Amino acid sequence: MTSIHIKNGFVVDPAQGIHGDKKDIFIENGKIVKSLTHAEKTIDASGMVVMAGGVDIHSHVAGAKVNVGRNFRPEDKMQSTYEPYHGIRHMAGGTSVPTVFKTAYTYADMGYTTVIEAAMPPLYARHTHEELRDTPILDQAALPMFGNNWFILDYLKRGEIENAAAYTAWLLRATKGYGIKCVNPGGTEAWAWGLNCLSIDDPVPYFDITPKQIVSGLMEVNESLHLPHSLHLHSNNLGNPGNYTTTLDTLKLSEGIKPNNNFNREQVLHHTHIQFHSYGGTTWADFESKGKEVMDYINNNPAVTCDIGFVTLDETTTMTGDGPFEYHLNKLNHLKWANTDVELECGSGIVPYVYSKDVYVCGVQWSIGLEMALLAKDHMRCHLTTDHPNAGPFWRYPRVIKWLMSEKARNDVFASMKNEDKVRDRSTLGSIDRELTLYEIAQMTRAGTAKALGLSSSIGGLAPGMQADVVVYPYNPETDSDPEKIEWAFSHAKYLIKSGEVILNDGELVSNGNKKTYWVDVTTKPNRQVERDIDRTFVKYYTVTKNNYEVTEHEFMKNPCAVKIDAVQ
Amino acid sequence: MNTVTITIKKQPDLYLEADCFTPDALAGKKADEIKELPVFIGKTVEKIGDYFTVSGEAGPTAAETHLIFNGDLTKVKYIGAKMSAGEVVVNGDADMYVGSWMSGGTIIVNGSVGHFAATAMSGGDLTITGNAGNYLGASYRGDWRGMSKGKITVKGDVGSDCATFMTGGEIEIGGNVDVHVMTHADGGKVIIHGNAKSRLGGQASRGELYLFGTVDVMMPGYAQAGETELTVGGTTAVFTIYEGDHGERHPTRKGQPIYAKLYLKK
Repeated sequence: MTSIHIKNGFVVDPAQGIHGDKKDIFIENGKIVKSLTHAEKTIDASGMVVMAGGVDIHSHVAGAKVNVGRNFRPEDKMQSTYEPYHGIRHMAGGTSVPTVFKTAYTYADMGYTTVIEAAMPPLYARHTHEELRDTPILDQAALPMFGNNWFILDYLKRGEIENAAAYTAWLLRATKGYGIKCVNPGGTEAWAWGLNCLSIDDPVPYFDITPKQIVSGLMEVNESLHLPHSLHLHSNNLGNPGNYTTTLDTLKLSEGIKPNNNFNREQVLHHTHIQFHSYGGTTWADFESKGKEVMDYINNNPAVTCDIGFVTLDETTTMTGDGPFEYHLNKLNHLKWANTDVELECGSGIVPYVYSKDVYVCGVQWSIGLEMALLAKDHMRCHLTTDHPNAGPFWRYPRVIKWLMSEKARNDVFASMKNEDKVRDRSTLGSIDRELTLYEIAQMTRAGTAKALGLSSSIGGLAPGMQADVVVYPYNPETDSDPEKIEWAFSHAKYLIKSGEVILNDGELVSNGNKKTYWVDVTTKPNRQVERDIDRTFVKYYTVTKNNYEVTEHEFMKNPCAVKIDAVQ
Repeated sequence: MNTVTITIKKQPDLYLEADCFTPDALAGKKADEIKELPVFIGKTVEKIGDYFTVSGEAGPTAAETHLIFNGDLTKVKYIGAKMSAGEVVVNGDADMYVGSWMSGGTIIVNGSVGHFAATAMSGGDLTITGNAGNYLGASYRGDWRGMSKGKITVKGDVGSDCATFMTGGEIEIGGNVDVHVMTHADGGKVIIHGNAKSRLGGQASRGELYLFGTVDVMMPGYAQAGETELTVGGTTAVFTIYEGDHGERHPTRKGQPIYAKLYLKK
């Protein structure tokens, strides 16, 4: 392993409170070190920004529904040219649902080194891990879905937190998952009955449990297992006018629950793609932003983190475990629709969507995301995502950064809209002149996300001892003033180093790295009842046996990295 | 207008993908430069000059360029694909994707073409004196944006899935047509002088289809809605009107639903 000296860059590192000072970074044996006596490689970062490798907390890049998206959108592959095999680059293609190779290369070009797959159906965990294994460069982890799981619904209905926790520990181990994801709690199960749960008090058919009980129960389970990440929630009523009340009701469930972990995580609830959950009005005609109301609550509650899910105004492929929502979306845009039911566990839907800047609803959705990010007071708790590919493809992050850092860039988009006045009228974005700093962008894209994931001791920062994930962007904060330069620089990283290995050298891919996959291995008290329940349910209801369900490290994973936790007490 | 004549001299073993055979790509080029341009055969890249003789000189712009292709081109794909202006004449049969994604200009094929001709066409004129294969004037696989503008004339027969997802423009077919015409259409016009098989206008929400011959099986989603005398494609006749597809969602105008219409000659 080489030793590397990155000299003279403007270092932006919120993990250590460094605001763009000219500093040198030293790397040895895959870690950041204080100093080096001799560097085998020196990178001159003069006039460029140096940050830790990016950490994406919520993206859909592997697994069953991503592949359904690829399968049923041949036209998506035509919209950008396939790059042929070249040197160490595998053939790569696809636009809003790219191949695993294109996903990795593009994230690398943007300076990202860690990407979390945000929704893994447990039954399709093997498929998800196969795609993660084949994604080069990036360190990854996947969050299995719990919010509509029959075991969880049964245990939580009876208030059996300890059993739910034992089952959760088993499922994390069986699927090699990293944390608890919950999508439309109860609603996707209700969808199997042709129904949905639109408020936190709508009962789930048959199970007779409410989303409120599911969310509260999963938070308790999460803390009793001392997991590194908190409950990762996509709450009920996504994407509907007036849904912000459901969102506030859901966020309030975090009150009174205390974080309990050894990973320096301070939140008990991560609410994902909050932009889709901050809508006012009663119909699409009087649709408006309630981003301020929701962000005010989050600003005042340090136990909650969120990612935004910025609408990027592109054609994309929406895909979510929220089956009923996708059906509803298809009734709005009348394009293609695919639905998947995952026995006993969850479901999903997929619909192509065109966010057109000339459709006022799309324009308002665009402004809500930016409005919320600009109203946030603590960007360690407000993260940058596009819920890839739902609100837009991940390769638009550089453009989102440009919008966040430049009022002029935002006004240019407003001015290009057909319904500019109407869009401006429905949110407060037009009256906000705030421009985020590189420090705040680094909080939103690496330091904050790493902390929320419970990984802040090793990634998301540049302190000595941390994993050497470092990116150098060709952007000079002292002399560059054109917003277009921001977008260009954040999509053309000059150097990228992952675990001490040079991935991009002067913008050229020189290594596919040595990716690893995190998972959480929790030890709980032996629980005979849950063991028996699992065995019996597999025999009675599942179409596969338990042996064909579990993910084994040696068969399905590349460099598995188990986070071990003792939760026997 | 300057003319370039391209004649095939050697048949490729595999199919030859020549996406540079358009006035847009050849404009401003002399014969010697054109011979050096790359074409794909499988995964190998070869030169136009290896397979074709080239003479003449292209005009300075696509609009001033006239291309003539001679010989058996049944192993050549993408002639006139993505062209925006100018003129292409093909003296012989051609393979797939003739005039696909074309947005302007004229193509005349004195012969027959393979599948996917005029895929997602958005303007211009395509005339085929022989037959056309499947997916004539259809959308790209999976896409919901089909032919939107322009005119296609086929003197002979047409294969299946013609005009899928059509939203505008016109297709006139002199001969017979195979199954699935104007599936999912949301506009546009198709005239069939010969016979049709079945599934005319399945799931169409708008658009007009005129049939002079017979149809083997009608779609169940269409209902009769009177008769009318019309002059279509130069012929005057009495047509029975059918409206549908009633299985599909329909836009409304002034509170009245708009339907796709099938005109069947009595």
